[in-house]
Parts: sequence; C-alpha cells; structure tokens
Amino acid sequence: MSKVRLATVWLDGCSGCHMSLLDIDEGLVAVAKRADIVYGPLVDAQEFPENVDVTLVEGAVSNQDDLKLIQTIRKRSKMIVSLGDCAVTSNVPAMRNSIPVKKLLERIYVEGVQENPGVPAQGVPPLLKHAVPVHDVVKVDLHIPGCPPRAEAILYVITELLAGRKPDLTSKVKFG
Amino acid sequence: MPLIALVRKEVIPVPRKISMRIDGEMISATDDQSILQAARANGKYMPALCYMEGLSPVGACRLCTVEVSGVNRLLPACTTPAADRMSVTTNSPKLQQYRKIALELLFVERNHICAVCVSNGHCELQNLAIEHGVTSVRYPYSYPKLPVDVSHPRFVLDHNRCVLCTRCVRVCAEVEGAHVWDVASRGTNSLIVCELDRPWGESTGCTNCGKCVQVCPTGALAEKGRAVEEMVKREEPILQLVSRRGAMS
Repeated sequence: MSKVRLATVWLDGCSGCHMSLLDIDEGLVAVAKRADIVYGPLVDAQEFPENVDVTLVEGAVSNQDDLKLIQTIRKRSKMIVSLGDCAVTSNVPAMRNSIPVKKLLERIYVEGVQENPGVPAQGVPPLLKHAVPVHDVVKVDLHIPGCPPRAEAILYVITELLAGRKPDLTSKVKFG
Repeated sequence: MPLIALVRKEVIPVPRKISMRIDGEMISATDDQSILQAARANGKYMPALCYMEGLSPVGACRLCTVEVSGVNRLLPACTTPAADRMSVTTNSPKLQQYRKIALELLFVERNHICAVCVSNGHCELQNLAIEHGVTSVRYPYSYPKLPVDVSHPRFVLDHNRCVLCTRCVRVCAEVEGAHVWDVASRGTNSLIVCELDRPWGESTGCTNCGKCVQVCPTGALAEKGRAVEEMVKREEPILQLVSRRGAMS
C-alpha cells in the first residue's frame, strides 16, 4: 500500500500548533509508518507538491502570500484540515482587524521605532484588510479548534483519517 | 415598595399542580413555572446562557429553545409558562441545529478570542460551544471595534466578550437594587452601559458589590489583575441570596 501524502503549513500563527503536532510523541512513529510528510516547516520541500492527500493548516490568512499559498494548497490537496484557533477563527491575528492596515503599519513601523522609520515595502507580502479564517477563502474539510489543539486531538484526527474514517470532534476539542 | 409587594402577594393565586411531558416522560410541575424551571426541577438538562435562577427571564440567548407539540414555532423554555398536558421536546436534530446557529452568531457578533481571555476554560459560551459540537463558525466574523472600560478600581468591562445576556443588568437591578447597568442602542449596536452611559468608575450608584461580575457567563465582566484563564466566577453566593427571597412576581 502506498503511503498517504501528508502536508502541513504555517500561515499567520505562532507555530504552537506544529509544536502540539510534535507533542503526539511516539504517535509520530505510527504516523510515519503510514504517511509521508511532503511539505511544511518540518521538512525541506520548497514548493507545495501536487497530489497531496491531507494538508494540516496552521494560522489565519493574513497577507497576499498566505492567500496565494492556500489557494495552491486547495488545488493540490484532497483534504484541508484547519489546525488550531488561528486557522479556525482567525484568533489573535484578527485582533488587528478593527484597525485600518495603513494606520496599523504606521503605528508600528513609523511611530513605534527609534531608528529608520518607514513601512517596509519590499521583501514582505502586503497585508490583507483582515486576517481571516482559512474557510473564509477556500473550502475546509475539517476543523480542529484549540490554542493549540491538544496533541491527543491531533493524533485522533490523523489516526482516523489514515484509517479512512471521518473523525467526530464533538466534545473532544475547545476554542482557546 | 413593601406596600406594593403586599398588595401583589395577595392577588398571586396559589400555584396549581399540572402534569406535562418532557421528551415523552410525564412530569409534575406547577403552573407558575416556566418550561425551563419545570424541566430542571425534574432533573432534565436544558442548555441556557441568559437564564439565571432567581432573575427574571428575558429569552435573549435562544439556547433553551424547545418544540411544543401543537405549536408551529420554536419557543424559549425560559419565558414560556408550563401548562397542563403540554408536551415538550427539548432535544431534536432541528433544535440542535438552531442552538448551533445561535451560538455561532454569538461568536461572530463580537471579538471572542478565547486564547487571550481571562475566562478561558471557565466560560459558559465556550462550554456550550464544546457541548454542541461547534468546531467552526459558518458565518463571517464582524470584527467590531469596541471599547474596554477599565475606569472602575476593581473591575473591568470588556465589550468584546459580551453576549448581551443582560444577567448583569438584572442582578444589579433585581438583587442588589442599584440598577447601574442598562442596554443602550439596538440590534448589533447594543451595548451594556453604566447609568446614562458614563465610565463605570464615575458611577454614583454602583456599590462595588461585584454581583454583575460573578454572574457574567463570559469574560466580559471580570476582576482586575486576572491573567488568561484566571477568572473563575462564583455564582453560588448569589444563588443562595436569591433562594432566600420571597416569590418573584
């Protein structure tokens, strides 16, 4: 049996969800026997590959790069799982949403600095008007809320998906 | 006030015993009870957010919505009187669906960021979401820009976390007797205000009793100096207080 192609991606989040993924500890061995991790901060691939079975998405969609990447991911993945509150609710990244982007950047990069004030224009992707949940921009197949989601919940989801079942997360997860 | 109470007490009829069905099971109740009170008195679980024992019911959250046979629409159990031979369904796929919708709409209306909230882990809204299997919200978030009132020396009011259940308004008016809180504006612009919309710290009526804080189901009202997850509410003393009062008319 060929291995399941699993990808992970880190958008606007703190990487805490990836830490929680690593916290499944020995569960990783069982997962590695059944799946290859083909993209993400834990592996070397530069380009998001074709024919991915499941992509776990950490983080909200906050800038142009996030948006482009998640659209590519949707085209190339059979299933997208929103991993954690930022991906599911936009969470902490959304705390900027009531402030206009221009005002926000000026507050931080002009008013908020001692040296070389100026909003960076090159090398960083432009921010979207709002940081939004992943399912606001592409279809999401499953949500695992939590900040971060508990390792057991992540392992449960991956195990169920590898077994070809749809996980039922009622009463197993919480926001925050 | 005591005179009025006396007069009213005289005209309150003695509660009549009734029989009704809740989820098919026959229970005894009295006709001065609401469906919710009758259900809970018989050990039936009913979800609710705005309802609190001893405070007048307002039917604001719609989580206790039930089906009553012979009635063509859904009714809030907290404000619908129990009646003889009434048959009530408290849990059907349809009700589950509407309760989920009600919860999701509460989440999109304000900025409920559990991860940074003082009430994370002790929040009634969060618990109801877990219980109803809400793992995401189907509606777009509204990201309103809302103030936080930190003018009171001991307490904070964060409108971002408010669900407009009005428990604070009612406990202050009906139990403490100060009536410091009210609701201003309408619809999604509704906001809990202190007296005639002045900072809480400048209130002339507030007795600093903290009842509003303890009954608030979310982190909207909290004690100052609490960090994330540290605000555990204590409703017990208030429930004891209301249980010692006379009948509510």
